[in-house]
Amino acid sequence: MMFDPLNGVLLIPALAACLLAVLPGYRLTARLNMLAAFLTFATAVSLFVVEPAPGLYLLVDDLNKVFIVLTTFVAFSTSVFSASYIDHEIEIGRLKLSYVRFYHAMYQVLMFAMNLALVANNIGLMWVAIEIATLTTVLMVGIYRTHEALEAAWKYFILGSVGIALALFGTILIYMAARPAIGEGLNAMVWTVLIMHAPKFDPALLNVAFVFLLLGYGTKVGLAPLHAWLPDAHAEGPTPISAVLSGLLLNVALYALLRFKMILALNPIALAPGPLMVTMGVVSCVFAAFMLYRRRDIKRMFAYSSIEHMGIIVFAFGMGGPLANFAGLLHMTMHSLTKSAIFFAVGHIAQVKGTQKIADMGGLTVTHPVLGWGLVLGVVAIAGLPPLGIFMSEFLVISSTFSRAPWLVMILVFGILVALGGLFMQLNRIAFGEPRGPAEPAQASYVPMFTHLAIVLIAGIYMPPSLVAGFQTVAKLLG
Amino acid sequence: MNGLTFDIAHMLAGSLVVASFLQLYQDRLSALINVFAVHAMVLALSVAWQAYIQDAPHLYITAVIALAFKAIIIPVALRRIVVRLGIHREIENVVGVGLAMLFGIGLVALSMVVMLRVTAEADPLAREDLAFALSVVLLGLLLMVTRRNAVSQVIGFMSLENGLVLAAAGAKGMPLVVEISVAFSVLIAFIVIGIFLFRIRERFDTVDIQAMDRFRGERR
Repeated sequence: MMFDPLNGVLLIPALAACLLAVLPGYRLTARLNMLAAFLTFATAVSLFVVEPAPGLYLLVDDLNKVFIVLTTFVAFSTSVFSASYIDHEIEIGRLKLSYVRFYHAMYQVLMFAMNLALVANNIGLMWVAIEIATLTTVLMVGIYRTHEALEAAWKYFILGSVGIALALFGTILIYMAARPAIGEGLNAMVWTVLIMHAPKFDPALLNVAFVFLLLGYGTKVGLAPLHAWLPDAHAEGPTPISAVLSGLLLNVALYALLRFKMILALNPIALAPGPLMVTMGVVSCVFAAFMLYRRRDIKRMFAYSSIEHMGIIVFAFGMGGPLANFAGLLHMTMHSLTKSAIFFAVGHIAQVKGTQKIADMGGLTVTHPVLGWGLVLGVVAIAGLPPLGIFMSEFLVISSTFSRAPWLVMILVFGILVALGGLFMQLNRIAFGEPRGPAEPAQASYVPMFTHLAIVLIAGIYMPPSLVAGFQTVAKLLG
Repeated sequence: MNGLTFDIAHMLAGSLVVASFLQLYQDRLSALINVFAVHAMVLALSVAWQAYIQDAPHLYITAVIALAFKAIIIPVALRRIVVRLGIHREIENVVGVGLAMLFGIGLVALSMVVMLRVTAEADPLAREDLAFALSVVLLGLLLMVTRRNAVSQVIGFMSLENGLVLAAAGAKGMPLVVEISVAFSVLIAFIVIGIFLFRIRERFDTVDIQAMDRFRGERR
């Protein structure tokens, strides 16, 4: 049988997970984890060359290709960072060896689940994949077994489960709405079939279904006021998992939401999904921006920054239209890259300082110049200053929507500016001023962090025309 | 649609809502677990009846899973956990029983109003089923938010999932994938929860969620 890249992105992580679950020794398994992640990434890239035809269960189209490549890339670089991070955690005895085996296996299961959610052509299968992804991250957030970690994992588990339960109810309602038009059976859950028949669905059922889906998957996206699990889960788990959560899992949930939005948008009588998303987006952005100021924990602070940016992205997709969708897609990509780079830096910073409390770290640019300036660069990027990529995408979000909803956009800009102030105030305490805390040299892997930041920088200055064209196709697809 | 088959389906789904209400005012854990077992049994009956009237044999599997797993294995295991932790007599309620019941009635009314209005064109059986299922889901949520104890939150979550299974069974011809996945996810959820409960016990010496709040990083 010919090797199919579509099966590849699922099989490689699945096999790697089985292998890593039985292999002892963390150095070897960390390398294997990297290798598996790299192979998955390479396979994902090859999807651009060979595009398999959609089946009843799996599908590859222009929309999810972007998501898959981004996911597998960040997953790969995070596995590189994770190797050196875990190394240090074992050295200081924070993580037991038996847990490390579990950690690596779970990492690959998570990759499998996220890829499955992205390539699923069946809305039931997609739901199952997101549920698996949630459960694995719950287990990983609780891996340190401290009071805080367990509380965070429990909270995440309960809120996440309620979220996906609501999403399942929404999925069932979509099936009910589609059944009269498509007929009973598997076809009424296949996304490619759904989208063809969407105009004939029962609009009232679709409306209720979308509300449930928005609340359900919106919890996973971390939209305010459903975000309560997010800061805890980011702060208490291992930092590579914070990077994956912020950079990838939120996107996967957003992807699910976008798929359903496309179905709704095609039905002329159903309510427009846009305004709901726009409202939640603006609220998340402004709320999270204010929350940045009083944070005492560095990872918690960047978790709130993720909520802010997911708000901006959901706002852009909610406004819709080719331009705003393009901006949203670009912003999502830039945010994933930048935020994971920041978490790479934060992970090592927390390790050298032995704490996550902002009050106990200071003068990083003096004591650890590379880490410190890396963080400064990351925060400058995430705050949206030129010439980095996020400035570009935020500018596009604002300029493409301003004429349609000037007041809303002004509120959004206000949120972005408030966030900028908060980020710089905190950055000033962390990176500059009198050095505080231990000043041991860091044993860090800087490559993943600076690779991400370099991509963000280049994207802010010059975007290759082929990439722009690709994004434009996807943006049109989103409607 | 035969009048009697419809009535039986209606009655079983309605009983599930009643069982949800029974859960709301149980203030002792062992009693709550018993009521959950009844809840799961009613669900199994209801799903089996749906399998019979829809002529969908795969639904029998879902019914059997609900019966064996949720009505027998989980309650037995939970009871053992509760006894081992020495909390089977514990009484806990965040809001009063009366208030919780009033909220519950409000939620049922809400789901009736929403679902019956929305599904005006669907066939009557699916309609009623969906409305009842949403009530059960919402009552499960209510149970979760009114309880502090980790075990009762878990039971709230499982009765919420029962509502989802009822909805999936009522949706005629819904592919097998989903039923299995629902049952399967409950299984995983339970394993996860089991691990958590023991870990929580190790660390906190109590399963009261409020004890955990003290360890929060931000507020002090």
